[in-house]
Amino acid sequence: MIQAKGIIKSFGENHVLKGVDVDFYPGKTNLIIGRSGSGKTVFLKTILGLFEPDDGSIHYGDEVLGEMSKQRRKTLRQEIGMVFQGGALFDSMSVAENIRFPLEMFSSMTEHEKDARVKFVMDRVRLEGADELFPSEISGGMQKRVSIARAISMNPNYLFCDEPNSGLDPETAIVIDQLIQEITHEFGMTTIVNTHDMNSVLEIGDHVVFMKEGYKVWEGTNDQVLGSTNADVEDYVFKSKLFKQVRTALRK
Amino acid sequence: MITNFFEGIGAYALLMTKVFRRPDRWKLFYRALVKEIQLLGLDSIGIVVILSVFMGGVVTIQTAFQLSDDPLIPTYYIAMATRESITLEFSPTVVSLILAGKVGSNVASSLGTMRVSEQIDALEVMGVNSASFLILPKIVAQLIFNPILIIMSLFLGLWGGAMAGDLLGLVPFEESIMGYRLEFIPFENAFYALIKTVVFAFIIGSVSAYSGYTVKGGAVEVGVASTNAVVRSCLAIILANYLLTDLILTS
Repeated sequence: MIQAKGIIKSFGENHVLKGVDVDFYPGKTNLIIGRSGSGKTVFLKTILGLFEPDDGSIHYGDEVLGEMSKQRRKTLRQEIGMVFQGGALFDSMSVAENIRFPLEMFSSMTEHEKDARVKFVMDRVRLEGADELFPSEISGGMQKRVSIARAISMNPNYLFCDEPNSGLDPETAIVIDQLIQEITHEFGMTTIVNTHDMNSVLEIGDHVVFMKEGYKVWEGTNDQVLGSTNADVEDYVFKSKLFKQVRTALRK
Repeated sequence: MITNFFEGIGAYALLMTKVFRRPDRWKLFYRALVKEIQLLGLDSIGIVVILSVFMGGVVTIQTAFQLSDDPLIPTYYIAMATRESITLEFSPTVVSLILAGKVGSNVASSLGTMRVSEQIDALEVMGVNSASFLILPKIVAQLIFNPILIIMSLFLGLWGGAMAGDLLGLVPFEESIMGYRLEFIPFENAFYALIKTVVFAFIIGSVSAYSGYTVKGGAVEVGVASTNAVVRSCLAIILANYLLTDLILTS
């Protein structure tokens, strides 16, 4: 479990996070949603430890991130998988090399074990036969799957995804969403997904946190989102024509 | 502007303290080192060959033009002056400046692209010391291979000078060789050139890596970083050249 307690973060005069308290549960896809500029990405990077909070604390299980030794922080990072918005695949490496990289760097597996692990995760994200291809030679959806495969190659306890289906067509986006949810349930990871895609919210939102202007203003499940009476959530969710029609249908 | 300059020096020094750490995995370090030697070193041989041969020729012609009016000066003195110019300045400094352009822009743009496409963030999230992992092999590759390039450049420059002198009838080839050997002191000439080369190699690798690694923004900023890498490296080389010349030759 990851807990964020009273997180405050500013960049100069720009106060981005103004005291955020959220618990993220293991074995669930925890979604952070909100408009652009609501502080989602800064919050995610603060949880990851890429930004130090000005105030408040991040708890990984019983441990406080800010109080961990350098060595413990380093080992914690090996328990974390991250799927970046753009994939962040290493251009100079093939698909298989990208997935193998964390194993080469941190594991004490034999070459045979590494080969087996790479094959397992590639099969798991349905990337069979793409071993020798380079990131520039594969589609956006495949790049996201490689990114997920790389993130889970070390069998992490925590999975972070920053807008994992941005730039993908609706069908591929659903495939990626479902893949994230499947592996979260399968491996019991604490998964945090940063998104502003309502389809993702409804598809995989086991636990949904809504942020606005640096505050958490609502949390619940995907089933509760459409029925929320919170004005900010309503305004966000039912902005599009499609969801306005959904609301009308629901009220009938 | 002055504040920015000193902030930049501080940030550069801090980055270097992150770079010179023990690699997490030596196997991956050696693999990266071999790649960098190929990319930054072997791929530069062509330009060094062309530059050195023609530079040697031009120095011989210029020297001959200055000295040929005086019939009392033996022609092999033209070769001796050419040797001094090439070994002391032209090969180590001019070739390093050219490499700062070729290698520096390559290093800065590759690291800058990795930064803006979040590849460096991905390494950091994994717990990899990205500065050491990405920059150290580039600097070590430069330190290993630049002296080799400069030694090659010295020989090719002298050969180009001798050929130009012979072809244009300024200095016969045999007299060029005689001039090159006249009062040649290895420490004062070749060793001095190599000391400068090692310092310049470090400057090219580290300054251009700093420019690329610290990029913020997108494609435009990567382009700016690439230009900055070349300009900063060249300025640092020129400054270091002055200091080293003063330090070594006058002491």
